[in-house]
Amino acid sequence: MLTLENINAYYGDLQALWGISLQVQEGELVALVGPNGAGKTTTLRVITGLLKPASGTIHLHAESLTKDPPHKIVELGVSQVPEGGRIFTKMTVLENLELGAYGAQARRERQQTLKEVFTFFPRLEERQKQVAGTLSGGERQMLAIARALMSKPKLLLLDEPSFGLAPILVQFMFEMIRQINQRGITILLVEQNVRAALELADRAYVIENGRIVGQGTHQELLAFDSIRSAYLG
Amino acid sequence: MLLQLLPQSIVFGILVGALYGLAAVGLSLVFGVTKFLNVAHGELLMLGGYATFWLFQLLKFDPFLSLPLSILFLLVIGVVLYQLVFVRMVKLPEEAKVKNTMLVGFGLSLILQNIALRLWTADDRGVTTAYSRIAYTVLDTRFPLIRVVSLVISLVALLALHQFLKRTYAGKAIRATVEDWEAASLMGIDVHRIYLLSFLIGAALAGVAGSLVSVGYSIAPGMGLEWTLKSLIVMVLGGLGSFVGTFVGGIVLGLTESLAGLAISGSYREVVGLALFILVLIFRPQGLFGAKER
Repeated sequence: MLTLENINAYYGDLQALWGISLQVQEGELVALVGPNGAGKTTTLRVITGLLKPASGTIHLHAESLTKDPPHKIVELGVSQVPEGGRIFTKMTVLENLELGAYGAQARRERQQTLKEVFTFFPRLEERQKQVAGTLSGGERQMLAIARALMSKPKLLLLDEPSFGLAPILVQFMFEMIRQINQRGITILLVEQNVRAALELADRAYVIENGRIVGQGTHQELLAFDSIRSAYLG
Repeated sequence: MLLQLLPQSIVFGILVGALYGLAAVGLSLVFGVTKFLNVAHGELLMLGGYATFWLFQLLKFDPFLSLPLSILFLLVIGVVLYQLVFVRMVKLPEEAKVKNTMLVGFGLSLILQNIALRLWTADDRGVTTAYSRIAYTVLDTRFPLIRVVSLVISLVALLALHQFLKRTYAGKAIRATVEDWEAASLMGIDVHRIYLLSFLIGAALAGVAGSLVSVGYSIAPGMGLEWTLKSLIVMVLGGLGSFVGTFVGGIVLGLTESLAGLAISGSYREVVGLALFILVLIFRPQGLFGAKER
């Protein structure tokens, strides 16, 4: 479904990604794991068009995303939950969700989508009139995911959804991600919480210093000595 | 003597302050969304004033009824300036955007001033209608009809903007872009279109303010810089992010100037405004009504 081929990307003169290639099949839950500053977030930024690669191609099915601006990529069915959620804190919960359904197609169906999202996140329905900045950390992250679902994505990109959450909420969050995936939404998950991510995902890529250094299932990756010691302790 | 003039000074201060507020809301909206510091904002106001002046002088159009035409004129100017000049700075990083738009804005203001000099000469102009001299007197205080109507129009424009930002999808997209343009683009918002839209709203508000100035006060080709400065002062007074705060900031500046004129001397009005600006920057950099940055 999603194919990245030989992506090189820079921040100014600094090369952040070196020949990244990865694939996500329809319906899969794929994790992208690695240490801080390895290029996980940059990879997501390249997929959603926030950062244009210097070379390489990005395809969603047969369609090229390489030159598309972010707003067009969203309309094609790719939605990102950025690191830290980045909800609009000065706007209400409901306004945040409405903005999630900004694209023409999603906007037409937003009442129906909103109902579905509220059954999934009843807490947000209770708080829909509240200004988003007053939500707790867990609720904010829920809102960020709910907002991304409002665009009716085919592919959902999650950047560190567990970051900053209490351990009990982390479990809850991962359970929710599993359920979203079971509803037929393909997921690419970026995580520093490697153990949890590997347990959840069908497959994973390991990224280090802007390069993919390993890939496979949970078991296959455990066979990598370096990965086991580096990430699982 | 001084006390007798006090109520009158307050009334005049509020009436002119509403126009400061209107001008500043436009500048503040554009800055908040695009991070363009358009120092030619005052020249847009000047053009709005001359649009009303010409419509009145050449075609005998009532200055209030011709407001939609002045707005239309400013929208056209806005599109031209944006597509010709400002669009080139859209992709710069934030700091470079502020600096570059300031430089370009100064250039534009010189060009626009000189065009205005050619077209309308350096004389002070104004629109004098049949009802321009009507004033109501309440408790020995004069309320000139046209300035009161101008205040009402300013309030209506502000309310319309408020409703637009609160109720429409485009308005919400503007607010989202102000808060986090990257997150906004991840929602599917075409941020560049939102930039253009806000620039046009800013130009239209400047146009309305200019038209009202041409009726209640007077206009001249060189008036722009003063209005840009006042708008900047008010923007800082009111604090970024709250347009109601900005508008109230305008009234605060109008009142301060007017009372300073009464207490000290009319020639010190500007100084007092700038002193207020510096005091706010030192003691309340988030603005009088802005929330503290977290």
